[in-house]
Amino acid sequence: MSATTASVWTKPQQQANWLVRLFDWKPFLAFACLLPAAGLLLVFLTYPLGLGIWLAFTDTTIGRSGYWVGLENFQYLLEDPLWWNAVFYSVFYTGIATIGKFALGLWLALLLNNHLPFKSLLRAIILLPWIVPTVLSAIAFWWIYDPQFSIISFLLVDKLGILDNYIDFLGSAWPARFSLIAANIWRGIPFVAISLLAGLQTISPSLYEAALLDGSTGWQRFRYITFPMLMPILAIVMTFSIIFTFTDFQLVYAITRGGPVNSTHLLATLAFQRGIPGGQLGEGAAIAVSMIPFLVFATLFSYFGLARRKWQQGEGND
Amino acid sequence: MTDAAVLPEAQQSNAATAQPEAMAWDNKARRMVTIYLPLACFLLILLFPFYWMTVTAFKPNAELFDYKTYNPFWIGSPTLDHIKHLLFNTAYPHWLVTTMTVAVCATFLSLFASTLAAYAIQRLRFKGSQYVGLAIYLAYLVPPSILFIPLATMVFRLGLFDSPLALILTYPTFLVPFCTWLLIGYFKSIPYELEECALIDGATRLQILRQITLPLAVPGLISAGIFSFTLSWNEFIYALAFIQSSENKTVPVAILTELVSGDVYQWGALMAGSLLGSLPVAIFYSFFVDYYVSSLTGAVKE
Repeated sequence: MSATTASVWTKPQQQANWLVRLFDWKPFLAFACLLPAAGLLLVFLTYPLGLGIWLAFTDTTIGRSGYWVGLENFQYLLEDPLWWNAVFYSVFYTGIATIGKFALGLWLALLLNNHLPFKSLLRAIILLPWIVPTVLSAIAFWWIYDPQFSIISFLLVDKLGILDNYIDFLGSAWPARFSLIAANIWRGIPFVAISLLAGLQTISPSLYEAALLDGSTGWQRFRYITFPMLMPILAIVMTFSIIFTFTDFQLVYAITRGGPVNSTHLLATLAFQRGIPGGQLGEGAAIAVSMIPFLVFATLFSYFGLARRKWQQGEGND
Repeated sequence: MTDAAVLPEAQQSNAATAQPEAMAWDNKARRMVTIYLPLACFLLILLFPFYWMTVTAFKPNAELFDYKTYNPFWIGSPTLDHIKHLLFNTAYPHWLVTTMTVAVCATFLSLFASTLAAYAIQRLRFKGSQYVGLAIYLAYLVPPSILFIPLATMVFRLGLFDSPLALILTYPTFLVPFCTWLLIGYFKSIPYELEECALIDGATRLQILRQITLPLAVPGLISAGIFSFTLSWNEFIYALAFIQSSENKTVPVAILTELVSGDVYQWGALMAGSLLGSLPVAIFYSFFVDYYVSSLTGAVKE
């Protein structure tokens, strides 16, 4: 390479002004690119997270900055039957809803994995409950669960004659709890089904062919091929589902607002009730903070799910 | 059932040809029972609330509360009363405009921030970029239910309480992590060689981003945009906690707090409001459904 071509090469860069050069300097460019996202997240996510934990140790109310009270809020919560009730229902709600969502979602995914006409249209329709604002579909459920004009009661009592009385869906504790879980499952199925369908489609058909040649039954193919191959994606989707079901707020707030007699409070709705309309910011923050251990547990679950995935793909752990 | 399918003519032919015929029929019936029937049940249950919402929104009140004389599953005499009531007697149009403004602004803000962040993490590959990526992934796991109380105090101190600006600034807390995560995956699929070629030709990094990477990443940007838009349209807890005055409320909050009044619920108006509030997202989604599905599945696989 001659000297002349080299000078031609470097010339345009030398003439560029300092601003352009600054933005071409990799460390600065990386910093500048990360600045908006990092700024937003630090100010509106990391700082409030810390502030929330700090608030949990104070007696702040709306309009008055509080004093440090140590573990007093938590001690109070431990003696509060409502908090224990909310913990119980949050765990129960998450457990039952997750089992329901994944059992039905997996079934739907397996159904959709067959050769069907209008497959993409079908997928689009199935995702609708997931797209539509939760609160708005929750209002529809509220109407479906109406004590007097429930369409479900009407079908069961007047049309089919299975029951004698109209079901009081939201009037007493246990029916209200299960009604909310049903609505949550309804909303969660599409996401689970579509994500698991994506997982199903990555499984190589040759595995099934090999199993068929070996004379496997349908159940064996599901148990020893489909399920293990689906495990990694199942772990990720489940973590997300658990986190967002455990911290659910909209559905319960829209349908029962924690009632009847506080029996359907989740931790999030209880935190809202104490914190915002109740004004006890410190106590509300303490309830919100008490969700963190559960979330950490779910995140660890995700981490081990991911680790297992790498091992399955033969990439080795790094 | 299989025996009935084997006709006398088939019996005359040899077993080798009769067998597949019987099996085909058997398979068809089996498929009907094991695939189409459950699928139809799923569709029925998943879509029924929307159908019920629609039917209720257009029923006159007389039909709404009388299942005995009118068929509850059909509309005897459709009426637009509920929608008229909603549009002219309530602040519904205003709520729609507020929600739209907040959703669009929050979407653009998060797209801007997350495109740059994803580019820096995936393409500039500075030291520790994977840890920044991990931190952003972890940020997505922090649910709004934990943050709304401290955010409410912050919003109050910043003087943004009861202003849509509070929502525009706080929605990116859950939009940016998700979009960045999605776009990192998308940038990964664009061949790095293209950028190397441009670098050799003397393009600056910003030129590469603007003229090569971004045009190629348009499908990814579109799906991130749809996700952000639907997520901010659906957001509830921040809007409930930070907005107090009726005219600044977003649609989900306003329907629940403004339309539900007294002991007798106006179910017709409530359902009409829910229907109208769901339509923009549903229409928006139907235009880009393929992007949505592919990126949803892509993001999960990532």
